[in-house]
Amino acid sequence: MADVPNDAPEHCPGTSSDQAGKSSACQGCPNQNICASGAAKAPDPAIEEIRQKLTSVKHKILVLSGKGGVGKSTFSAHLSHALASDDSKEIALLDVDICGPSIPKIMGLEGEQVHQSGSGWSPVYVEDNLAVMSIGFLLSSPDDAVIWRGPKKNGMIKQFLRDVDWGEVDYLIVDTPPGTSDEHLSIVQYLSGAGIDGAVIITTPQEVSLQDVRKEIRFCKKVKIPVIGVIENMSGFVCPKCKNTSQIFPPTTGGAQRMCEELNLPLLGRVPLDPRIGRSCDEGRSFLTEVPDSPAAVAYQNIIFPFFCSLKTLHLVYFSLFIYTDVISH
Amino acid sequence: ISINGLAQVKHVVLVLSGKGGVGKSTITTELALALVHAGKKVGILDVDLCGPSIPRMLSVGKPEVHQCDAGWVPVYADPQQKLAIMSIGFLLEDSDEAVIWRGPKKTALIGQFVSDVAWGELDILLVDTPPGTSDEHLAVLENLRKHRVDGAVLVTTPQAVSTGDVRREITFCKKTAVKILGIVENMSGFVCPHCSECSNVFSKGGGEELAKLTGSVFLGSVPLDPLLTATLEEGRDFLQAFPESSTYTAISQIVNTVLSSLDA
Repeated sequence: MADVPNDAPEHCPGTSSDQAGKSSACQGCPNQNICASGAAKAPDPAIEEIRQKLTSVKHKILVLSGKGGVGKSTFSAHLSHALASDDSKEIALLDVDICGPSIPKIMGLEGEQVHQSGSGWSPVYVEDNLAVMSIGFLLSSPDDAVIWRGPKKNGMIKQFLRDVDWGEVDYLIVDTPPGTSDEHLSIVQYLSGAGIDGAVIITTPQEVSLQDVRKEIRFCKKVKIPVIGVIENMSGFVCPKCKNTSQIFPPTTGGAQRMCEELNLPLLGRVPLDPRIGRSCDEGRSFLTEVPDSPAAVAYQNIIFPFFCSLKTLHLVYFSLFIYTDVISH
Repeated sequence: ISINGLAQVKHVVLVLSGKGGVGKSTITTELALALVHAGKKVGILDVDLCGPSIPRMLSVGKPEVHQCDAGWVPVYADPQQKLAIMSIGFLLEDSDEAVIWRGPKKTALIGQFVSDVAWGELDILLVDTPPGTSDEHLAVLENLRKHRVDGAVLVTTPQAVSTGDVRREITFCKKTAVKILGIVENMSGFVCPHCSECSNVFSKGGGEELAKLTGSVFLGSVPLDPLLTATLEEGRDFLQAFPESSTYTAISQIVNTVLSSLDA
């Protein structure tokens, strides 16, 4: 993970390596003196600023997948809604998908703008206790493209963490783009002082998805993020007419279950394909409240309920009971 | 020695989407296979460095990439060498290993993939991309500047969350002067194999609406087909296995339209 500058020679050991500025490959590099002096290795002061800023945030959870289009944003949004259904909790949802920010649409916040105040940027509130931040709020048109290279994306993520006035937050949920690149490295780097409780990994059942997800799990191990568990999304489709189940995305290599067994990770649950989920997301409404009896909504509730027991706080026990009662009453 | 890997490549087409998981790699694979069946020599350049899907979809497993005088030799999916592929998937010792690279390193490898691969004579090079409008996309275009880019095929699924991202990709194409050959609406309806009821799992019509909204060509809709997903999982040729299917018809139509726009 060592940083290699643009103008580095071929075998650059990386600016944060012990050999920085000292290896034979460094000869003639314009950065050699900086690296040799150790200045390039100094941690970014933003990490400490962020640590201080986020002392008011109790839990930080990443939602990851190696694969695109598996339902990260859908899950992030609905996890946030479910957590926020407890009025006593403050929930924050941060969207760090800089090129393809889906969260504003899914949360019904398209067209909202971010305001600056003395204490920083104000996030957009979808409920009194549910705050959202996304680059989507900084774009003036739905056609605006964010054509940024890595360093500029990293800068934005730093600002999201350091300059947003989140206030007192019980859960900060971070929605990510697919992959293992700048956004992911930056989130991990900038939260290295503040800490990350863990990551929820989303996949779909087929191997084309799992092969990317295994890489993401390796990434988590490398950067030492605990994996809370894996969710298998789009797991089967029940025809509304004949009620037969089709495996549109077939688990040809055993699906998430076998992968979790092999990697010794918890399978948090499976969520079936339901056209109403996509529709709710498009309309910016929570399908947990739109169609609470649907198998998909029940699957989500069953995932979220034990999920919070695993984070082991007293508040969670009370919250879990709240959700359990909510499910029973439907 | 100046190596210009694309010197004998007639056409270059990018497959783009702002959105992940809509079927870029799937459409790239099926377009490639259809073009090969139509007698063309085709190449696929897979610049999704974090999540390379092409090797598995074409069942090329873990071959070694060799060097020759003209550069890296691409991997051929077939003994007749009609379909050449380059992907980071071929360069990884361990297929589960994560490629945890920041932008500059990704840019450098993509530069090599474009310039240092001995593609040889190709009728068409398809470039499969990751979602977004970032380093990989800029790297591909910068390195292709010496060579013509005929245009891009944009893939979306029908729902607004997807077309919302693809609108931004359209802006990217306009800003970088990449011609939009057209929009494909993938995962457009699911026909139940038991009772033939059609369900719009990911909504319907959004791709066609987007084409109208942005003045782009609508290339066609491809249905959600478990047979397509299953054959891709196994790295088999869907077009040879299921030529009677409506999915085959949809793909053939798209290929014909793309070919006509290239010859025009």
